Amino acid sequence: MSRHTLSVLVEDKPGVLTRVASLFARRAFNINSLAVGPTEVSGISRMTVVVDADGDLIEQVTKQLNKLINVIKIVELTSESSVQRDHILVKVRADAATRLQVTQAADLFRASVVDVSTDSVVIEATGTPEKLAALLSVLEPFGIREIVQSGTLAVGRGSRSMSDRALRSA
Amino acid sequence: MSKGSPISPSLMAAKSAGAPKAPEKVDRPADAVVDNAATPSPVLGPNNVVPPTVMTGSEAIVRSLEELGVDDIFGLPGGAILPTYDPLMASKMNHILVRHEQGAGHAAQGYAMVTGRVGVCIATSGPGATNLVTAIMDAHMDSVPLVAITGQVSASVIGTDAFQEADIVGITMPITKHSFLVTDPNDIPHVMAEAFHLASTGRPGPVLVDIAKNAQQGTMTFSWPPKIDLPGYRPVVRGHNKQVREAARLIAAASKPVLYVGGGVVKAHASAELRELAELTGAPVVTTLMARGAFPDSHPQHVGMPGMHGTVSAVTALQQSDLLITLGARFDDRVTGVLSTFAPHAKIIHADIDPAEISKNRVADVPIVGSVKEIIPELSEAVRTAFELSGTPDLDGWWAFLNNLRDTYPLGWTEPEDGLSAPQRVIERIGALTGPEGIYVAGVGQHQMWAAQFIKYERPHAWLNSGGAGTMGYAVPAAMGAKVGEPDRVVWAIDGDGCFQMTNQELATCAINKIPIKVAIINNSSLGMVRQWQTLFYDGRYSNTDLNTGHDTVRIPDFVKLADAYGCAAFRCERDEDIDATIQKALEINDRPVVIDFVVSPNSMVWPMVPSGVSNDQIQVARNMTPEWEEED
Repeated sequence: MSRHTLSVLVEDKPGVLTRVASLFARRAFNINSLAVGPTEVSGISRMTVVVDADGDLIEQVTKQLNKLINVIKIVELTSESSVQRDHILVKVRADAATRLQVTQAADLFRASVVDVSTDSVVIEATGTPEKLAALLSVLEPFGIREIVQSGTLAVGRGSRSMSDRALRSA
Repeated sequence: MSKGSPISPSLMAAKSAGAPKAPEKVDRPADAVVDNAATPSPVLGPNNVVPPTVMTGSEAIVRSLEELGVDDIFGLPGGAILPTYDPLMASKMNHILVRHEQGAGHAAQGYAMVTGRVGVCIATSGPGATNLVTAIMDAHMDSVPLVAITGQVSASVIGTDAFQEADIVGITMPITKHSFLVTDPNDIPHVMAEAFHLASTGRPGPVLVDIAKNAQQGTMTFSWPPKIDLPGYRPVVRGHNKQVREAARLIAAASKPVLYVGGGVVKAHASAELRELAELTGAPVVTTLMARGAFPDSHPQHVGMPGMHGTVSAVTALQQSDLLITLGARFDDRVTGVLSTFAPHAKIIHADIDPAEISKNRVADVPIVGSVKEIIPELSEAVRTAFELSGTPDLDGWWAFLNNLRDTYPLGWTEPEDGLSAPQRVIERIGALTGPEGIYVAGVGQHQMWAAQFIKYERPHAWLNSGGAGTMGYAVPAAMGAKVGEPDRVVWAIDGDGCFQMTNQELATCAINKIPIKVAIINNSSLGMVRQWQTLFYDGRYSNTDLNTGHDTVRIPDFVKLADAYGCAAFRCERDEDIDATIQKALEINDRPVVIDFVVSPNSMVWPMVPSGVSNDQIQVARNMTPEWEEED
């Protein structure tokens, strides 16, 4: 199955996340990740949904999403034409003996240390899923205590705005 | 530059047909016309101008319904909707008090199906609302325009498991076209207008409006018409020109075309347009269970109903076809049988107002998103042009084949060996004696299939049933709603003894409100369709299908006594020679509901039948009897 990244503009109304999530559940579509937040337009939220689906199925997914009344617009973002990033916070074991190695590893990935205690650090990193996986494999030997990761965020390259055009046509 | 590709269903449909890529800037076809451009205002009703007036939320609900042009409502009050029932008492609208909320839901469906208007039902919170769930799901499956209004506990206690609190918006989310939770009385007018707009436009469907008690009791400023704000809702009604021309080209080139007509043609009131297209192309027409009557049964081009219990001619027409002209139908599994073997030689033209139906089950060669009301005349025009260009196709061979099938395998039945009446005869006589101007409402099961087969439908909106959902108990309340919507027509509920026991409490509603429906209970003393499958596929082991209502049983309940207790005229008919006279007696009674207990054989079966899980080519005209396909010429 191939992976698709959909940017979905929705009205910021109660229950809209449930509507999208429950649609995926009842139609047996596979969500890989989902991130949602406000946009530059008040009243409009944007979801980034990463879906595993083959050709015919992704067409069905977008058609069904489009049927939801609160969904305003859907754009599929390909990896070449968009910037796609995940965000991660990792709590790694790090005492006086290993702290330097851990922070150096973080530096290599342009990740930052955002919390330090006597026996651990919290590292924050942003990147593609592949880069974050590589970071994790480097940190693994030190002992990972906790991971929390966002869904993928994606935005098209170039100057055009998805919400701009959607609202003009609405 | 972003290379993100906009995804809109109609555009995708155009793309999948190999049409050139549409320019990036449009996210719907340039010639698509949205609904609110076709009609002057998206707000239903006369759009009276009401200057700002202070009133309660409850009064605003009632006033909104009035302004939306609602005449009839089916409902049952309770705590959380109580404030709204007070101003309702003073309204000119006709509120019909049902005995169970499911009855209100199905009645609103029946009303909507015969009138084409939005059906309205009201219930209270919690169990009142959940009792509507079956009807809402039924309306969703069969695309019935329905607005369900439910009371909700006050906003301040939502989420506290308050008395009679149920998250009905959450419960019905998968089975509504859309839903609203209203906690501010000022939202009532625009939410009501939006609900009616959503229910009645595009692909029709049920919309739930859940209104918290505090919103009903609070004061607000009412004005009309409200502004409808649905930026994500833009149904496409006009078909894409290029696709329509491509469809016409395929029609001109086909030698075995079939018009595969679904319930969308009935919903769109497009029967006249369909007839023109059919006669222009000369193609055979099949009408699905939801489309019975969309094309006259008596028309020589009608070859029957397709599907699991369709006619041999209709099923075979689809299987052998080289082009399906699909209009407002959705390739339901009961029509296609095993999908991979369905109409294997056919190209597919698929016109539907819901883009998600196109290529959902069967990939369309020519997808056309839009209303069949708009598409069919355009298609006729394009076909005319195509025929002028390349000549009218010769369908003589195709018709010779189909006529032979139609003559060889007409619908029929064998007389039961137990001496009891054949249920098919009873139903056939009801149709014959009542005529095509009547309205026929079925429950679900064998009697439903026989009513679809043996009553002759000549006009749309004459046949109502629960097609997609298969809701037992649909008939009595839906017939009640149909009779309210079309009081001058004879309305028959053709029901089974199982179905009837699920919703017959609405006979009280009918009797008290003078809604004189006629109920024919096709009493085979069992859950007949299940029993048929047990006969055919479970070695005749009749697990829990005997209802003991029929011949030679304890007759619990006694339907005649039951109907009598409900204030209905009640008859029992047990012999063939009494059938006509009993139906005539029922037709003469118009001051109260009539219930007839037709005692029939439990052994009659619905034929033809495509057993579940096999190809439509395996259609059986009787048990283990498959037509001989070799005699093709």
